[in-house]
Amino acid sequence: MGKDFEVVNHTADVGIIAYGGDMSQAFANAARGLFSLITELDGVEEVLHRDVELTASDEESLLVEWLNELIYQFDTESIIFKRFDIIQLNSTHLKARSYGEKVDKSKHKIKIGVKAATYHMLKVDRGDGCKVQVLFDI
Amino acid sequence: MSVPWQGIVKKIDDYRWEIPTSYKAGMLVPGLIFASESMLTHILEENAFQQVANVAFLPGIVGHSLAMPDIHWGYGFPIGGVAATRVKDGVVSPGGVGFDINCGVRLVRTNLTEGEVRPKIGQLVNELFTTIPSGVGSEGKIRVSEKELNEVMIKGGRWAVEKGYGNAEDITVTEESGSMKGANPDKASGKAKKRGIPQLGTLGSGNHFLEVEVVDEFYDRDAAKAMGIEDLGQVLLLIHTGSRGFGHQICTDYVALLGEAVKRYGISLPDRQLACAPINSPEGQDYLAAMACAANYAWANRQCILHWVRESFMKVFGKSQKELGMRQVYDVCHNIAKIEEYTIAGRKEKLCVHRKGATRAFPAGHPDVPDVYRSLGQPVLIPGDMGRFSYVALGTEVAMKETFGSTCHGAGRVQSRAAAKRSLRGADVARALADRGIIVKAESMASLAEEASEAYKDVSEVVEVAYKAGISRKVARAKPMGVVKG
Repeated sequence: MGKDFEVVNHTADVGIIAYGGDMSQAFANAARGLFSLITELDGVEEVLHRDVELTASDEESLLVEWLNELIYQFDTESIIFKRFDIIQLNSTHLKARSYGEKVDKSKHKIKIGVKAATYHMLKVDRGDGCKVQVLFDI
Repeated sequence: MSVPWQGIVKKIDDYRWEIPTSYKAGMLVPGLIFASESMLTHILEENAFQQVANVAFLPGIVGHSLAMPDIHWGYGFPIGGVAATRVKDGVVSPGGVGFDINCGVRLVRTNLTEGEVRPKIGQLVNELFTTIPSGVGSEGKIRVSEKELNEVMIKGGRWAVEKGYGNAEDITVTEESGSMKGANPDKASGKAKKRGIPQLGTLGSGNHFLEVEVVDEFYDRDAAKAMGIEDLGQVLLLIHTGSRGFGHQICTDYVALLGEAVKRYGISLPDRQLACAPINSPEGQDYLAAMACAANYAWANRQCILHWVRESFMKVFGKSQKELGMRQVYDVCHNIAKIEEYTIAGRKEKLCVHRKGATRAFPAGHPDVPDVYRSLGQPVLIPGDMGRFSYVALGTEVAMKETFGSTCHGAGRVQSRAAAKRSLRGADVARALADRGIIVKAESMASLAEEASEAYKDVSEVVEVAYKAGISRKVARAKPMGVVKG
C-alpha cells in the first residue's frame, strides 16, 4: 500500500492528491491531507466529533463541498480533525463523522490557514483504486 | 534564437504580449500580458498563459483578457488578471474576484523620521503585534451582534468611524469611500456571518501584514507632497488585509451556486473555478450584493486596524495623533468586481471589471478619484515582499484606455510555499532581515519562510514594467523597517 495522500505544489497555493481503495477512503484521505497542511496531525487527539451531511450535483462538487464544510468548521469552531468516517457516499450524497480536537496553541503549531477548496484542477478518478485531486486557496 | 514562447504569444512591444484567440478554441477575445521579456519564461512555465486564455471564454468579455506584470498562476483566473464584461449581456464570476474579497492595502503617513523610529522599532513591532490580532483562527477584540454585522456589511468603513475607529477624513481617501453600494446582507449566508462575526478587526495570516517603512526614493516629488509624503527618511505604515473568513465563505458559497447557474444558462467553461452567471440574472445580482457586503466588511476591518495602529504609535512614541501626523494617504482594494463606464468603439458602455490581484488606476480628472487627488490621479499602493520595497504610484489615461483603469498589485509569487520552506527556515529569514535592519514578528515562523523575498518577483521590476507600459506612474518608494506577519 502506498501513501494516503501527497501534497501538490503550486506557485501561490497548495493541492492534495488523495488515494483510496474506494471513493470513501479517498475522500477521507483528502480531508486528512487538508488538515495535515494546517498542522501536524500526530499531536491531535480524537476527543470530539462532528457530523456532516451534504448533497451536491456531482462527485467533484461533493468533494469540494465536503472539504469546504471542514474548513468552515475549523474556522468557526477551531477544530482540527484527524480521522474521518465516511458513513455514506454516492455520486451526489455524503454523510460523514469527523473526529479531532479544538486547537490548543500550546501543543498544536498552526502552519497555514486555508481559505477554501477550489474547483481548479479538480479530479475524481476511478481506476486501479480511487484518486482525487483538489487545489486549496491558501 | 528560439525562445520558449515563440509561436504562442505575439510581441506587441517590449512590455505587451498578445495571446491570439487561435491559442485555444473558445476564446472570445485575445489575451494581453504586460511583462518584460525576462518575465515571460516563468509565466509560460507555470502555465499562466492557459489561465489568461481561459478567462477569455467568459461570455460578454470585451477588449482583452488582461494580465498585469505581477501575473502568476492562480485558480480559474490568474493572479494579476483583469477582465471586463458587458453589463447588458455579460457574466460576473466570483472566481474573478477571489476568496479574499476586497483584499487591499491602506497607506498611512507620519511626521516621524527613521532616526526617531529606529531606536524603538523592536518595541513598536511588538506593540503592533500585541495590539492587532493576527494569525490563523485569530479573533478580534470587537464582538458584533448579527444585527450589527448587517450594518458593517452595508456601511463598511463608515460603520467603523461611527463606532470611534478612526476619523471621518480616512473615509474620504478610501476607494468607494469605504462603502460599496448595493450590499444586501440577506445575500450573505448564515455560514459567512458565523465566520465573519469573530474575525472583524483581525489581520489574518498568509501574505497579510503591517509594515513600518521608510521613504527612500522619489520619482514625482510634487505628487508625493500632495499625498503627505514629503521627505526621504519619513516613516510610513502599510496595512494589507481583506475580508477574512466572511469573504472566503461568500466566495465559496457563490462559486458553488454559480456552478449550477452555468448549466442553467448553457455557459461552457474550460475551468469550473470560472463559474459565472449573467450580470443581469438573479444569481449574478445576488453575488454582486453579497460581494459588496464582503467588500464593506474588509473596509471596516482595515479601518479598525488603522485605529489600533494609531493607538500603538501614540503609546510607543508618547505623542498625540496630531503630533504624529498619522493621516491616511489612501486605501485600495485589489480583489473586486465593479461596474464602471468605459468608451468601447466610440460608445459609452457599462462594464463589470473583475480585478483579481490588480489595482484600480484611474487617471487625473476621473470623478471617482477623491477631490484631494483629482488633479493627480488615483493613488496606487503596491506592496512588495517584506525584504524589498513598496511603491506609491498613480493611475493614468493609458490604463483607462488599455486595462480598464487597472495596474499591478504587488510583486507576484515565483516560488511555491513548499519550495520556499524547503530552501529557507523561518528563523534564518528573520535573522537575515534583522541583519539588514528589518525587524519581523510573525505568529507562525513557517509562514515567514513562505513569505521570504526569494519566493517573490522583484517588485521593482513589476512596477517598472507597469510604468514603461504607461499603465501607472511612479511617485515614491519605501523600504521596510518593521513587519508584523500573520
